Amino acid sequence: MVPTSYYIMLSAALFAIGVLGVLIRRNALVVFMSVELMLNAANLVLVAFARERLSIDGQVLVFFVITVAAAEVAVGLALLVAIFRTKHTADVDEVSTLRG
Amino acid sequence: MESLQIPPVDLRLLTPLLIVVGWAGALLLIDVFFVPDGRKKITGYLAIAGLAVAGLAGIPLWNLSGSTFSGMLVLDRYSLALTWIFLIAGALSIAVALDYLPRHAIEQGEYYPLIMFAVGGMILMAQSADLITLFLGIELLSITLYILTGFAYPRVASEEAGMKYLVLGAFAAGFFVYGIALIFGATGATSLAGIAAYLGRQPFAPQEETLFLAGASLVLIGFSFKIALVPFHMWTPDVYEGSPTPVAAFMSVGTKGAALAALLRVTLALEEAQTFWLPILAVLAAATMILGNLGALGQSNLKRMLAYSSIGHAGYILLGIMVAAERGAEAFLFYILAYTLTNLGAFGVLIALEQRGEAAWSIDDFAGLYQRRPLLAVAMALFMFSLAGVPPTAGFMGKFFIFTAAYAGGLGWLVLIGVLTSAIAAYYYLRVVVKMFMQEPVREVRPELTRGLNTEILIAGVATLILGLLPTPIVLLVERSLVALGG
Repeated sequence: MVPTSYYIMLSAALFAIGVLGVLIRRNALVVFMSVELMLNAANLVLVAFARERLSIDGQVLVFFVITVAAAEVAVGLALLVAIFRTKHTADVDEVSTLRG
Repeated sequence: MESLQIPPVDLRLLTPLLIVVGWAGALLLIDVFFVPDGRKKITGYLAIAGLAVAGLAGIPLWNLSGSTFSGMLVLDRYSLALTWIFLIAGALSIAVALDYLPRHAIEQGEYYPLIMFAVGGMILMAQSADLITLFLGIELLSITLYILTGFAYPRVASEEAGMKYLVLGAFAAGFFVYGIALIFGATGATSLAGIAAYLGRQPFAPQEETLFLAGASLVLIGFSFKIALVPFHMWTPDVYEGSPTPVAAFMSVGTKGAALAALLRVTLALEEAQTFWLPILAVLAAATMILGNLGALGQSNLKRMLAYSSIGHAGYILLGIMVAAERGAEAFLFYILAYTLTNLGAFGVLIALEQRGEAAWSIDDFAGLYQRRPLLAVAMALFMFSLAGVPPTAGFMGKFFIFTAAYAGGLGWLVLIGVLTSAIAAYYYLRVVVKMFMQEPVREVRPELTRGLNTEILIAGVATLILGLLPTPIVLLVERSLVALGG
């Protein structure tokens, strides 16, 4: 059996990649994918610990996270389509009429 | 691995929540099939009716308390009092939108059910005693708010605000979930009671302690984003400015109130971890009070000023959370109520001044308002006094309770910062009052007062005054509402 710590290390790496992706990449689609990566890293931790602790709670939470992630992306893509229609770009830096 | 068992469920404890969410779902369909275009106000009235019914259904629950869904959701007087505050906030936000949406040509019936779903998410957060349900509540609230922020489609500012809010909100959600996962790994539980039980069994294995601390920090970051604590506040002014004004009003009181309420329950339940929470919260509160109020100083756009001021207020409320175990929780509830009514009132005045196609949010547009609309100017002055904390208004009593509780709880230096920053805040709030009463109008702004808006400003104004002049009944109610909150 693969030790739990391996899963944790893998998920920490995925989470870090996701965070960096959100901070660095400028294409809104890639930003969404990076957020998904963060959420799925969390899912990996949850199932790994749920297996180690023989507890079902962690796996239940994974279902919620998957559902929420799907809803979030659905709204995000809708907004992206709306912005693309008005501004013809998916670059988050070019969408900055608001100060700050 | 144990088999999945269906726990006994007591739906009675969730009556207001079920009514709000159920009615919102039904209303979406009713709106599409039975409400003709151009008469979408009907949907708004139905939504307000649904919120009112949910509020009335909560009354018999006052003497009831308990938990259901295997301890994931609790009902106590604390959650019930918050439920009522959230219902009021939702109803007032719908009232101001009734005429705002058609005037700005963005009338869509979905607005009203979406506000109801957001209120449902807030109630869920107030009732949750488990990190899973808490996450669900936060996301139900946030995802509806992403849609509402971008509601003024195809106005670019609104779309942009929605996108910004969504990216940062989802980013924060990532931190939050990862934090929950690590806490689950350390303690083997997601329920607050389970985590507290684990924390009671000190000492921990060093590895588990590291995991727990990392998880708790990540959860705290997630909370800070939602509450807009400095340094996680950067999105707030942009999102408030871009979103339709009724949505900004709802957000300024809704997200903050619900996330702070959930944070209070979490910190209270995990008292054993106080040595970890308290220093971090203290720094966050100090930074939030200082930078929030300083940021508001330089704003000439009133909507952005209110955004920064709402950041500052979150700092004050955080003081109440830090001393929640003593008298802070009572002060917290009172402050949330006072802040909700005052802020919704101030945004109501802003909406009255907003013309189609342009944004009358510049502070200069308030110049000479007294000569044109004396009553409106008086109401705005009242809200500004209350936000600044001048007696005899609700804001003064709220600040008074928070500061005394914090001082009694040994947070003297934070109270000092709070008082000093309140003095700074008085400058930019009173600047608006001076403009309204002592200066001549710069340009013609015709305020539009409609029935929904009038009612909202009237309710908010009267409540702000009553809470300031006669706080005793409310304080007694608030005190009674916290009898059962032992964590």
